[in-house]
Amino acid sequence: MQVFSKDKIYDFMGKSNIFITISLVMMLSSYFFLYTKGLNYGIDFAGGTVVQVKYNKVAPIKKIRKAIAKDKAFENATITKFGSANEIIIRFATTSGNLSKDAGDKIKNLLKGTGNFKIRRVDIVGPKVGGELREKGIMAMVMSILAILIYVGFRFEWRFALASVMALVHDVSIAMGAIALFQVDFNLDVLAALLTLLGYSLNDTIIVFDRIREGIGDTKDSNLFNVINDSVSKTLSRTILTSLTTFFVILTLFLLGGQIIYSFSFTLLVGIIVGTYSSVFVASPMLKWLGFSLKEYRDKEVAKVKRRIEREKLRAQYEKGLM
Amino acid sequence: MSKGGLNYRLVIFFIAIVFGVGFSLPTFLQTKGGAKISLGLDLQGGLHMLLGVKTDEAIKSKMKSIASSIKFFTDNNDIVIDELRVKGDLVSFTLLDKDEEKNLDNMIKKIPGVQIKKDKLSYVLSLSNKEKVATKKFAVSQAVETIRNRLDQFGLSEPNVAKQGADKILVELPGIKTIEEEQRARELIAKAAHLQLMAIDEKRADQANTMSEDEAASYGDVILPDSKNPKIKYIVKSVPILDGSMLTDAKVGFSSMNQPVINFTLNSEGAKIFGDYTAKNVGNHLAIVLDNIVYSAPVIKERIGGGSGQISGGFSIKEAHDVAIALRSGALLAPVKLLEKRSVGPSLGADSIRASMLALITGFVLVFLFMIVYYGMAGLIADIALLVNLFLVIAIMALFGATLTLPGMAGIVLTVGMAVDANVIINERIRELFREGKSVAKAVEKGYTNAMSAILDANITTLIAAVVLYAYGTGPIKGFAVTMSIGILASMLTAILGTHGIYQYIMPIIERSKSLPFWFGVKKGK
Repeated sequence: MQVFSKDKIYDFMGKSNIFITISLVMMLSSYFFLYTKGLNYGIDFAGGTVVQVKYNKVAPIKKIRKAIAKDKAFENATITKFGSANEIIIRFATTSGNLSKDAGDKIKNLLKGTGNFKIRRVDIVGPKVGGELREKGIMAMVMSILAILIYVGFRFEWRFALASVMALVHDVSIAMGAIALFQVDFNLDVLAALLTLLGYSLNDTIIVFDRIREGIGDTKDSNLFNVINDSVSKTLSRTILTSLTTFFVILTLFLLGGQIIYSFSFTLLVGIIVGTYSSVFVASPMLKWLGFSLKEYRDKEVAKVKRRIEREKLRAQYEKGLM
Repeated sequence: MSKGGLNYRLVIFFIAIVFGVGFSLPTFLQTKGGAKISLGLDLQGGLHMLLGVKTDEAIKSKMKSIASSIKFFTDNNDIVIDELRVKGDLVSFTLLDKDEEKNLDNMIKKIPGVQIKKDKLSYVLSLSNKEKVATKKFAVSQAVETIRNRLDQFGLSEPNVAKQGADKILVELPGIKTIEEEQRARELIAKAAHLQLMAIDEKRADQANTMSEDEAASYGDVILPDSKNPKIKYIVKSVPILDGSMLTDAKVGFSSMNQPVINFTLNSEGAKIFGDYTAKNVGNHLAIVLDNIVYSAPVIKERIGGGSGQISGGFSIKEAHDVAIALRSGALLAPVKLLEKRSVGPSLGADSIRASMLALITGFVLVFLFMIVYYGMAGLIADIALLVNLFLVIAIMALFGATLTLPGMAGIVLTVGMAVDANVIINERIRELFREGKSVAKAVEKGYTNAMSAILDANITTLIAAVVLYAYGTGPIKGFAVTMSIGILASMLTAILGTHGIYQYIMPIIERSKSLPFWFGVKKGK
């Protein structure tokens, strides 16, 4: 089976302005959502308490709300359904450092008489820990982008590195915009998903870039547009296929993975789509925008080869001299 | 025509298969012996807590015990001092006996890390900074030890207690089944188990219910509640006669009324102090205080030798049992507070396993079929590599004793999607070469060569992201990074080396059959 006609070269670069405009609009609206709606920080980062309760029939949310409100400490608790109608999540911003009697124990007492229930999960994150987790998360993000920047700069050229990182910023921004728009719980899992997205989207971009690098060496074509179009078209089939297989599994994780992993799979689902889009339509035009010049690159490569040959000559002479 | 037959790549791939299947079997079959993947707390259920040690309290309690030893020394040597007080991290008193100044100073100088500030005969003692740091450090390591001891005696399977950072303790209890059990474990950990034998202030005993805490403090007293009825108060001297650090054993017993009690034994030093004190104070009351609650306050009828005593005060048997454990394993020098807690019921963990297994199998089947439909036999070969990859990931995790968490499970699911990537890249390259009119053998060989740099760069960058994730991640996120990294590394072995070996082995068959649609899902020259 074959989906993409093999020898067809698509004119991506000719339409790059359209794609860049789409991306800019997406990014700006993401920032707009992030600014107006804000991230819905989970307790991992904001600190707070989550109690997950499962009833043996439909959870009587009204009754539960009334019962919980009896304790002043839980006045601002939010109660939401979690997955099925039988299961609920009680969440509030306060935590107490009291080890022997914590919020879970209190909730259990308050809920007595609301039906037959089981407390399935109690997560408490103190404010200090939440702050530390947030700091570590930001550090992880920055460090991995830096490490990637260095590696790609070393393997390719600094413009490739910058272009790939800009594509990453694009992907992460839009994924976070979607998280803000749908008010998905921003927790440690989402952070992991975002970091996975970094690796994944970069993977896609690198494979296109690798082909461009190869294309620069293979043809004498002096038009950057043609080289990029050629390379992106040649990798298109692979990009789509791998994205599809990955998309399949993320989709099953999203549909079948259950509520507890929902924010993780949601982030990845959005991320895979945006990441694939960016490596085809965003990263390569970036090269042009960053002022990448074929001539300059080829000259440099030639100079590199020359230097190597000279060095080898010198070494050969030196070795001869020693003998 | 190619030779075909065995080649080093295939041999390595076979070894990988044997290794992967062999070492993942104990995990799949849940055999008794052998290295298995252990499930994280989020999958099997359990309690994970991060506790903070209130190290300042350790300094306060150290100052209290310094005050106790000064009192013991002056009482024994008939040195008269007055207004012995402990306030925060300072101990103050006034010496009334000028002749004894040198004697007393010598004694104080023997206590390590104590600084003396004197204004004529009023003393203020404090700890040197070095001693403070050492005290705090000791309090944390002692808390780790103590909590571990308590949990071991509590009878839970595989409790994990570890120091984290300067003043934090990580506690993981996989064996917890119910919220009731969890609460009991938490109470056991939180119990300071600070046993004190204190003197009732006989002069002011009748004002216990009227006096304010500040007024009591001005006499060097504290007000403590009764264990059975918190409304009943006692006024006791704030400097204890002795404390639980001199305790050697504590056991549950029964009183003459058949109520559970705790019998404790003191060491020889404690026994002597106790004996001396009771001899001098016949007729006075003695308060037995546990964690600042008075359990009983009997009258001293005669000198109590032998150094044993009893705490009674309406315990249930469970409570008495837990208190005895806490007393035996020693007091916490500093109380702990809860910083973070994650508790997952076993039924929720089972739900998570079921859901993620379903996602894994469905995702796997989808990718498996898709590859065959799109690439024909080449897809099947990639699928074989994928299957071996899964076995390898599980085997390596089992050998390292890694813990599988829910995000880790997601990492494996994701690996399934990404591991075929290398084969997709290779197959696309091979198809390209067919179009250029290359022979099958040449196209396959060159396809691998051409694909290599892209695959390596792509995998290394993903690996970089995974390593950073591990370095800065916390808890379950680390698990995700581990499975991702192992998945990537294993896929290099299976998807690149393994499939290449298979092609080389069967190349003569492919060449004879000349059916490119069957083998590579593509017509030659199209």
